[in-house]
Amino acid sequence: MAAVSMRLPVPRKAVGLSGPRGGDKHLVAPGDTITTDMGYMRGHGTYVEEEKLIASVAGAVERVNKLVCVRPLKSRYNGEVGDVVVGRITEVQQKRWKVETNSRLDSVLLLSSINLPGGELRRRSVEDELAMRDYLQEGDLISAEVQSVFSDGAASLHTRSLKYGKLGQGVLVQVSPSLVKRQKTHFHDLTCGASVILSNNGFIWIYPTPGQKDEESGGFTTDLEPVPLSDREVISRLRNCIVALVTHMLMLFDTSILYCYEASLPHQVCQSVL
Amino acid sequence: EDLRVDGRGCEDYRCAEVETDIVSNTSGSARVKLGYTDILVGVKAEMGTPKLEKPDEGYLEFFVDCSANATPEFEGRGGEELGTDIANTLYRVFSSESSVDLKSLCINPREHCWVLYVDVLLLECGGNLFDAVSIAVKAALFNTRIPKVRVLEDEEGSKEIELSDDPYDCIRLNVDDVPCIVTLSKIGYRHVVDATPQEEACTLASLLISVTSKGTLTSMKKVGKGSLDPESIFEMMETGKRVGKALHVALQKILDEEESLGTSRQKVGFLG
Repeated sequence: MAAVSMRLPVPRKAVGLSGPRGGDKHLVAPGDTITTDMGYMRGHGTYVEEEKLIASVAGAVERVNKLVCVRPLKSRYNGEVGDVVVGRITEVQQKRWKVETNSRLDSVLLLSSINLPGGELRRRSVEDELAMRDYLQEGDLISAEVQSVFSDGAASLHTRSLKYGKLGQGVLVQVSPSLVKRQKTHFHDLTCGASVILSNNGFIWIYPTPGQKDEESGGFTTDLEPVPLSDREVISRLRNCIVALVTHMLMLFDTSILYCYEASLPHQVCQSVL
Repeated sequence: EDLRVDGRGCEDYRCAEVETDIVSNTSGSARVKLGYTDILVGVKAEMGTPKLEKPDEGYLEFFVDCSANATPEFEGRGGEELGTDIANTLYRVFSSESSVDLKSLCINPREHCWVLYVDVLLLECGGNLFDAVSIAVKAALFNTRIPKVRVLEDEEGSKEIELSDDPYDCIRLNVDDVPCIVTLSKIGYRHVVDATPQEEACTLASLLISVTSKGTLTSMKKVGKGSLDPESIFEMMETGKRVGKALHVALQKILDEEESLGTSRQKVGFLG
């Protein structure tokens, strides 16, 4: 049965800054004066004009001793060594793949930075180069870690661990990188029955918890078995929870998602849609 | 199994927000928000000469403007192709004679008639443009108030048109038979209604059908690079008719509710 619901618009209530957590945040918009005191060093997101320090991005002001910078609310991802990223392959080049990670430049995944299927350790040969497309094609999603950052800002990725590799069936939610809290681990197995990867570049990957870990595949075989309906309902509910948290600009980490999930249990899955 | 990524069923629409009478210098206007899709429609009634082949009827003119704010692809002249596409679809949908009573728009046969200029503005693209545009057009036509005119005959035979002074003395259009477009997108072996942009990216082909509130089909159009086989077209048509009827019921209910609030309604508009 089709369900079509319509409603009259309701004026939005202004969402105030939720609770003074460590004092009020100094929020600025581009063009706002931060300070007229010239004793500060200017950091990212600021510029000097007519003896005033002015913000060039919209965000919160951070002051560290004499350094003033503005951390933007929504920006492209800036790679840092050790970050977990989820990306999509855009190009297959000679000895590397180009991965789109919501940053200013496409990240690079070198052929020498991946695990060969079967787990062998050897030098990559010409046959490996020709068989690159068998491992990863354009449009595939992978999870990887940032190995290093080139001088122009592009990140170099590696999947040299069994927990990284090609991603199988699941749901991708794209959020702003500033909303993902930096934690010790980014791979979470939630108690509600699904697993989630909270990558630092803002790509959240929700997938059904795998039953058994397949050790020999090295992360390149995808499980294409149909996912049961109950798991899919959990994943849809989690996806709606994450979208709701993002709309209200709340930080994403495993407990915040779980609290939101538990709060949404009394409602039907489709009722929490925009 | 009937579960999509956001928890909806295959035949469920996202919750739509409808508001009419937001643009003050038009004869009728409506704004529809369907998920992230935001459409604004304004209807202006002006006097013109009837078309030669239909001398005792007025007519509708559609114009669709894709604002550059909607998506980055509409920068510069990128949105023109999509705009003309939507406008042509609207012409087709309204081409059947029973959708709008055009004879009521006639003032003087062969000389004067009302021309309704329907302008559609795409403010934001969030999937499923055609459905949202058709809902907004129906709501705007429901809201349109055309001033009543009297034709006075002079002794020499020249006719003068007198507009009534009372601003509330106007004629309303009957929108009971105005059709709405339902887009059915084929993904894999199933079809879904009201696709999000992610679902649209996976769609091979979709079928746009326009359905009236009684369930009659007025036009059909297939878009997309993929192919549809006849059985699936038949299934999609049946689904479209079912969904279309539910859509009309919901829309009429919300329009009547808004009308019943009258002047006490709190106007939200764009800054609400």
